[in-house]
Amino acid sequence: MTTAALEQHRLAAGLASDQLDRLAAIARPADWAPGQRVFDEGGQAARLWLITAGQIALDLKVPGRATVIVETLGPGDELGLSWLSPVPRWQFGAVAQRQTSAIEMDSGDLIRLCEQDHELGYLLTRRLLATAVSRLQAARIRILDLYASPRQLPGRTP
Amino acid sequence: MAGPEQAATHWQMSAAGLDDLITALIAESYRVIGPHVTQGAIGLFELASARDLPFGWGVELAPGAYRLRRRDDSAAFGHSAGPGSWKQFLHPPRQKLWEADRNRGSTGFAIEQDAGSPARLAFLGVRPCDLRAIQIQDKVLGEPAHPGSAYALRRSAIFIIAVNCTEPGETCFCSSMGTGPAAGPGYDLLLTELAGQPHSFIVEAGSPAGERLLPSLPLRPADPVRLQDAREAVSAAARNMGRSMDVTGIRELLAASQDAARWDEVAARCLTCGNCTMACPTCFCTTVEDSTDLAGDHAERWERWASCFDLDFSRLHGGPVRSTGRSRYRQWLTHKLGTWNDQFGESGCVGCGRCIVWCPVGIDLTEEVAAIRAEGGDTGPSAVAGAAGSL
Amino acid sequence: MTTGYLPAPYVVRSRRQETHDTVTLTLSPAGDPLARFRPGQFTMMYAFGVGDIPVSISGSDGVALTQTVRAVGAVSAALVGAATGQPIGLRGPFGTCWSEADAQGQDLLVIAGGIGLAPLRAAVLSALAERDRYRRIVVLVGARSPAELVFAAELDQWRTRGADVSVSVDKAETGWEGHVGVVTQLLGPARIDAAHTLALICGPEVMMRITARALLAVGLAPERIRVSLERNMQCGIALCGHCQLGPLLMCRDGPVLGFSTAEPLLAIQEL
Repeated sequence: MTTAALEQHRLAAGLASDQLDRLAAIARPADWAPGQRVFDEGGQAARLWLITAGQIALDLKVPGRATVIVETLGPGDELGLSWLSPVPRWQFGAVAQRQTSAIEMDSGDLIRLCEQDHELGYLLTRRLLATAVSRLQAARIRILDLYASPRQLPGRTP
Repeated sequence: MAGPEQAATHWQMSAAGLDDLITALIAESYRVIGPHVTQGAIGLFELASARDLPFGWGVELAPGAYRLRRRDDSAAFGHSAGPGSWKQFLHPPRQKLWEADRNRGSTGFAIEQDAGSPARLAFLGVRPCDLRAIQIQDKVLGEPAHPGSAYALRRSAIFIIAVNCTEPGETCFCSSMGTGPAAGPGYDLLLTELAGQPHSFIVEAGSPAGERLLPSLPLRPADPVRLQDAREAVSAAARNMGRSMDVTGIRELLAASQDAARWDEVAARCLTCGNCTMACPTCFCTTVEDSTDLAGDHAERWERWASCFDLDFSRLHGGPVRSTGRSRYRQWLTHKLGTWNDQFGESGCVGCGRCIVWCPVGIDLTEEVAAIRAEGGDTGPSAVAGAAGSL
Repeated sequence: MTTGYLPAPYVVRSRRQETHDTVTLTLSPAGDPLARFRPGQFTMMYAFGVGDIPVSISGSDGVALTQTVRAVGAVSAALVGAATGQPIGLRGPFGTCWSEADAQGQDLLVIAGGIGLAPLRAAVLSALAERDRYRRIVVLVGARSPAELVFAAELDQWRTRGADVSVSVDKAETGWEGHVGVVTQLLGPARIDAAHTLALICGPEVMMRITARALLAVGLAPERIRVSLERNMQCGIALCGHCQLGPLLMCRDGPVLGFSTAEPLLAIQEL
């Protein structure tokens, strides 16, 4: 993987050239055709992808409701954070909705890299944390159901 | 008004002249409204003759307290801060705006307004604070902002006899607000009462309509000594105000005090009953009510007084924006003394003290303002002060 | 009596069901038409015998007005239930406008949440009518679900006429292949040129606060952001006092406000 391609993505933007080289050494391209599944819910979470083009849907099988899409991710987004959890299993499934490309890394390689180079590790952790915070905030806003009319909210008399 | 050839602009008449005044006004097809004692208070009612005036009655005022008392003279206007103000006549508590009936024509329903002419009313005994209050309401509800409105029409048929203040009440602070104790322009006639013996009035005209009434009154040129007495009595009143309020920079102070601790303190006492908004001569908020008859063919739109203390006042998307008493008291006080300036270019308070008297728990806004000022005015986003609705 | 007090007679010329609770009405004047409106303004829409409510104008052909109403209470339910040919009373147009033309020569960014797309539609159509005068016209729409997206059928037309339109839903449905997530997540891919963009935001107040903050975070100056706020409105003509927001009367000084003016007001709880 070239450092030029990596640098475009916000996770790696602005890193020192030796740090970029080390990341590039563990990164490789990945592609999916429309409809192709990236991973299944419950599977071993061991990869991180930096999406560069296309669209990925995070989904969940809910009995009686078929497969529900909980969020979509696109260029610039990170896919696959569950390996950061103590029990690294995919919380949701992921499927490409369009022709999609990404930069792929094994979480094991990434963790080893961070342990060897603590400064790089700190920077990457900060950036992944920022992504998690941003998604947490967005999820909380969606829970508020702001676009619902007063009649649709439970327990309110309009 | 007074030309160089006219000998006097100040006239004098005995208290008996009040009867001639009322008779002359009635002869000009005015209904005379003035102070009258009833049910333990001095309210504003239609007067048939001068006998209906509260001669010799005064009031004792305190936060949350109003009592009539017998004066030791026979002054007709020796009282203040009655429960009613002139707004009940100019901006009535309930009025029908229009009515509509379904028809078979293309418009589906026809709207009709009452085309009757407004009542000719003479307001006898308008205190300087109340005169300013009328002018403040004129700016909000009347011309030029709302030409041809019901308020503007009613206002055009009013004759005002103002009365200078020589004895401010314990809760008055018109001096602080710059609205008294001497009446500013806007009256048709101005009286200054000299209640000592002999009981008489200094009379001045303030408009062509006022001038036209003078020949009907038993007037003689004002005696210079009595005129001087009257002037001194008004000046003395300015020094004897029951209360005062420092209004220096008050708009900015309130804008910067959104999070003041004092709001919590007053909220613990305020019942949000809205008495203050009803007694206040400038409060103007209304609510619109639409209704139909049972068949659904005839609809009416009525307007009635509303209070920002009502929980429903700020209802949006199923709930009130201002749900706490704290936010509603803050809204009322900040609007009255602060943001009224942003909205209408002047203060909304005239210092009449009615809100202090008629508050059941005796909240005194002069005390509240002093307390907020003492907190330092740095308790909240102060950028509100600059907002003027611009892009 | 002067205009603004009495409803002017209009008739429902056509109605289009947008979602289960939202309808777009096209109203033709039965008598004299109201004064020409500017995008961002609203009318007080009167349902005979029920009452009137402020509804933003979402378009006009110069004579007929298009207004989109969501049934949330008695008056709006009566308006949403209005049949073709039914008389409706209108007062207005009232309030301040988007002044979207200020973005000419630059990028116009329109961000709508839910029913907030209705007042913004008027601005989008006005800009598309003079497409050459703008650089980019970007429209980002947040909706509760695909079924609750208003003006869904028109969005492709806007794309054809030169607007970049993206939609994100809070909750997906089977068959939805667009974005799922909050509307602010569409900002990154939109690649905004902060120094040359005018942003217009309309939607629930929380959505507007969050969206404005997200725009500030990508470098837009507050002077380049406009929002449309609402408060309880009864008279629409600065007489009843209900629509106050601090020093402002929303019927007269709003609903469209610059974010520099709105931000400090929105920060005060229960103002």
